[in-house]
Amino acid sequence: MEEKDDEGESVCRLVQPEGLFMRVKKNSIPRVQISTPYSTRPEGDIRNTVGNIPMEWYQDYPHIGYNLDGKKIFKPIRNKDELDEFLDKMENPDYWRTVHDKTTASDIRLSDEQVDLVHRLQKGQFGDVNFNEYEPSVDFFTNEVMIHPVTNRPQDKRSFIPSLIEKEKVSKLVHAIKMGWIKPRKPKETTPQYYDLWAKEDPNAILGRHKMHVPAPKMRLPGHEESYNPPPEYLLTEEERMAWEQQDAEDRKLPFLPQKHSCLRAVPAFSRFIHERFERCLDLYLCPRQRKMRVNVNPEDLIPKLPKPKDLQPFPTTMSLVYIGHSSLVRSISASPTGQWLVSGSDDCTVRFWEVNTGRCMKTLEVGGAVKSVAWNPNPAVCLVAVESTVLLLNPGLGDRLVVSSTDQLITSYEPPEEDKEQAVTWALSEGPEHDNGHRLTLTHPKAVKQVVWHGKGDYLASVMPDNSSNLQVLIHQVSKRRTQNPFRKNKGLVQCVSFHPLRPYFFVATQRYVRVYNLIKQELTKKLMTNCKWISSMAIHPGGDNLICGSYDCRLAWFDLDLSTKPYKMLRHHKKALRGVAYHKHYPLFASGADDGSVIICHGMVYNDLLQNPLIVPVKVLKGHQITHDLGVLDVTFHPTQPWVFSSGADATIRLFT
Amino acid sequence: MGGLQKKKYERGSATNYITRNKARKKLQLSLADFRRLCILKGIYPHEPKHKKKVNKGSTAPRTFYLFKDIRFLLHEPIVRKFREYKVFVRKLRKAYGKAEWTGVERLRDNKPGYKLDHIIKERYPTFIDALRDIDDALSMCFLFSTFARTGKCHVQTITLCRRLTVEWMNYVVTSRSLRKVFLSIKGIYYQAEVLGQLITWLVPYQFAHDHPTDVDYRVMATFTEMYTTLFGFINFRLYQTLNLVYPPKLDSKAESELKAEHEEDYAMDSESYLEKLSALSASLARVVATAEEEENQLDLFPTEGEDQENMQAREKEQKEQEAQKRLFEGLKFFLNREVPRESLAFILRCFGAEVSWDKSLCIGGTYEVTDETITHQIVDRPDMDKQYINRYYIQPQWVFDSVNAQMRLPVEDYFLGTTLPPHLSPFVEEKDGDYVPPEKLKLMALQRGEKPEEEDDVDDEELTEEKNLKKMEGTRAQGKTLAVKVTPGKVKPWETGSVGNKVRLEQEEKAEEKRLAIMMMKKKEKYLYDKIMFGKKRTTREVNKLTAKRKAHEDASKAQKKQKKAKKQ
Repeated sequence: MEEKDDEGESVCRLVQPEGLFMRVKKNSIPRVQISTPYSTRPEGDIRNTVGNIPMEWYQDYPHIGYNLDGKKIFKPIRNKDELDEFLDKMENPDYWRTVHDKTTASDIRLSDEQVDLVHRLQKGQFGDVNFNEYEPSVDFFTNEVMIHPVTNRPQDKRSFIPSLIEKEKVSKLVHAIKMGWIKPRKPKETTPQYYDLWAKEDPNAILGRHKMHVPAPKMRLPGHEESYNPPPEYLLTEEERMAWEQQDAEDRKLPFLPQKHSCLRAVPAFSRFIHERFERCLDLYLCPRQRKMRVNVNPEDLIPKLPKPKDLQPFPTTMSLVYIGHSSLVRSISASPTGQWLVSGSDDCTVRFWEVNTGRCMKTLEVGGAVKSVAWNPNPAVCLVAVESTVLLLNPGLGDRLVVSSTDQLITSYEPPEEDKEQAVTWALSEGPEHDNGHRLTLTHPKAVKQVVWHGKGDYLASVMPDNSSNLQVLIHQVSKRRTQNPFRKNKGLVQCVSFHPLRPYFFVATQRYVRVYNLIKQELTKKLMTNCKWISSMAIHPGGDNLICGSYDCRLAWFDLDLSTKPYKMLRHHKKALRGVAYHKHYPLFASGADDGSVIICHGMVYNDLLQNPLIVPVKVLKGHQITHDLGVLDVTFHPTQPWVFSSGADATIRLFT
Repeated sequence: MGGLQKKKYERGSATNYITRNKARKKLQLSLADFRRLCILKGIYPHEPKHKKKVNKGSTAPRTFYLFKDIRFLLHEPIVRKFREYKVFVRKLRKAYGKAEWTGVERLRDNKPGYKLDHIIKERYPTFIDALRDIDDALSMCFLFSTFARTGKCHVQTITLCRRLTVEWMNYVVTSRSLRKVFLSIKGIYYQAEVLGQLITWLVPYQFAHDHPTDVDYRVMATFTEMYTTLFGFINFRLYQTLNLVYPPKLDSKAESELKAEHEEDYAMDSESYLEKLSALSASLARVVATAEEEENQLDLFPTEGEDQENMQAREKEQKEQEAQKRLFEGLKFFLNREVPRESLAFILRCFGAEVSWDKSLCIGGTYEVTDETITHQIVDRPDMDKQYINRYYIQPQWVFDSVNAQMRLPVEDYFLGTTLPPHLSPFVEEKDGDYVPPEKLKLMALQRGEKPEEEDDVDDEELTEEKNLKKMEGTRAQGKTLAVKVTPGKVKPWETGSVGNKVRLEQEEKAEEKRLAIMMMKKKEKYLYDKIMFGKKRTTREVNKLTAKRKAHEDASKAQKKQKKAKKQ
């Protein structure tokens, strides 16, 4: 205990001056560095000589430093853990006065004097108990005049004669003032002087600059929502407030939250006031200014003035008949040239013949394969239907006997040529029950056929077998001579559809993006039409032969005027979804387009004989009726040959007639 | 092929613009000085049409100034003053370093300063130009005048701003040009019509500002420097137009009245004079003593047709304005200590009322609370102990709403402790299709002179309930006597081709025609059309949202009322 007491005193001496300047925080035990001068060092005193270093450096060693004799100071065998600490806290009555010494890794119990010292320091008192801070001060010099001087040195001469240097300086200044070099200070103007700045307004002062100057727009005037007591509808609901808080400051529609205060007294200061003024300042000197012409257009004026659909009649307006019978998608339809019959091919492997006026199914033919395309021979005297899969020529045996027999005669009148040429397809005559059903000729193609098309005279027939890798994509067949030829030597891309020119010997081939027009007689390419579409789906040629429409899977319909340019004369984006079929009417200035959105749009497309006048295109009717099944709507459209009626076949296994 | 080879970026737009850094170098100014110069001279950057061309092929984001503007700055005398100031700072620093205190003093005495008069004159060649651009100056000066004098800016600036704003308010009071006022959550908006120009400014509520750290006060101070100069000249000119003495002096009569009271309470004469001016309770001295009010009537010219109509409209408008100017004439107000004194005194004095307040609140109160002739006392507390019978105790919003409505509104809604009606912004002018809050509709009806309908929802409901009950009773009675009832059959409109059907058909046809025509629009026009229609739809959606919100709120409040009533019973 005595040793400790000794230590306590030494601590007093060391810490005392610190206490003078340092405020010790209350209720926090200050770190008291315990050290004793060497002279009073008793025996058994453990002192670490490593100095003031971070003790972590000895973490990995068994010892913690060296004592005064140069021996290692070892760490205690076992460190105290939390539990030990706790038990110690509970059981040791002196726990509160125990301090851990990091340098020696031992606990030191503070003596009473040391504890007292700590308390005194905490209170901000002096460490030394005996120190009196209020001792009377004794002046070094007394204020009383003594009879004897402190020093007895005689005064300098310069202390009682006027200074020459000063005199010189003063005379210099006086001279400078006399000469007017130094002027007396002007009284400072603290407040600015105002006067009538615009007393004489001079029109010449308005420069070009002022005319070019764009005055800063004024601040926006506040709306109801900025009121301190706005109508209740302008306050934000809980969700709106959450959304407002989550938005970025720039995205917010309102830069502040509308608030309601019951009285003026309750309105607080707006915290962003200075910010807003500052932002305004920044806007004023940092923002580029520009005059922007604002279009103030009446939206009604933008709508083009078109002739009224009423004046463009006749065109189909209502759905009048639905032909029901197919059990799957109806891919293709075609009307007979007389307009009495309709043929349709479907995915349920049947071809059906309908009477147009009654909607009656006259005949059903099983063809053993999904029917991709049907086409009625345009020759009114002959009745042949080309049905695809392996292209079949059918004689439906409907209507006039004469026609039926003349058709059969046409088929049978064939005389095989002397030398048999190798052909791309094989022509086979049907016999037996198939013949009774109406099958006449079977053209077995090497690949799947997608489309068949008749020439206007009814003797030639073109079939399309889309294939990206070979030149055998389009075949032209001559029925009367049972001959087949492949017109193209080169593959120019995936052929989508083909068509014959109605009057001249031209042949149209639509690949994915272009339509190529070939002259069949000269056997050369005459034109290449750029459709600006991604993927052409269908094509139709105006009966006049100078115009062409292309439907595409990217919802567009392109109208080409072949005399005008190879670019579309007009792009129509009427449909919302991919177009599947387009058709021209034979006599009326009408064309129709069917699309996946289930609608058929009828447009008035007047072509004038006068070459200077551009075609007039006016949409006149949107016909709806087909249900959308499997994202497919209308698959094919075709016009009645004589009446302003339109047939459409859809994915809902029906064919509809609009009149 | 002859001639010199043309070099790129040596003609055309590349030479018309100059980047900020280049401009700064050309002017030999530091960035801070350049910024100051731009603010003072009103030079702003320009966005070139072809940025890449101007930027010499680079696409780096740069600020461009017009080369003409920078050349214009080259001749500015202030630039020299900036440089002088720079030298002054250097000398001062040196003197400090050498501890030459007399030198420091001498330097300080000769601190270079500059005046902005010529810049103001140059930027605003006519007075009207200056007046048009004063909105920001007003708001800024009002803000600075509320700053505490603790180092955010010079004390002189603050006092100057205060002086100028007081002068402005006195001018507005004397010319009675205040038109609209609005209590927003940001502060109080005022709109005055001065010489035909609508001037709007915003005054913050009287609170200590908590100064943000991310605001550059130097920029604001530069703006304020320019604004105070502009503002002072404008004030001078405005006072001149009204024949008032500038700097403003109180009327000799008013001055003597004010002098009689507790003059000794205030320390300095100069300070108390500004206080007295800012009290706004006394009129100002005029250069030439004139009759109190001059009626400036429109001269009548013989006109015909449309001109006459215009003339009549103008006359009517003028009459209305005159009436508005005398809105509170003859009323005597007393302001309680909890209401914002300055703004209310300003507004009330602008419309010809007499105002007073407790003398411990501010200098310049002219009568006591006990005055029996007081007609309105403005109070903003839930209840008052001692009330006089012969005056209205109203909340401050009444004053603001009345000013905006250009008529004295019925005081009943604004009595002590009542829930206030919503305070609407007078700056909103609804076009057709915009949402109009029902309060505004009511107010418009009131302005037209229609009597407001008594809103007895509860009575109405009771009546309807009674009616329903009666009906039910009646049916019951009928049911007893007659089990089967024959009602005359109605002819359904769609069965016969009636008129309504035809109209509908026609409408449908028209709609379809429009739809088809829209299909034929060009892509560009369609885009524009879609945009316009989108905007229109958005506004209608917003209107619908607001209406629905309002309806929900009203339903809720009605239900609450009913519940309360049920509880009472």
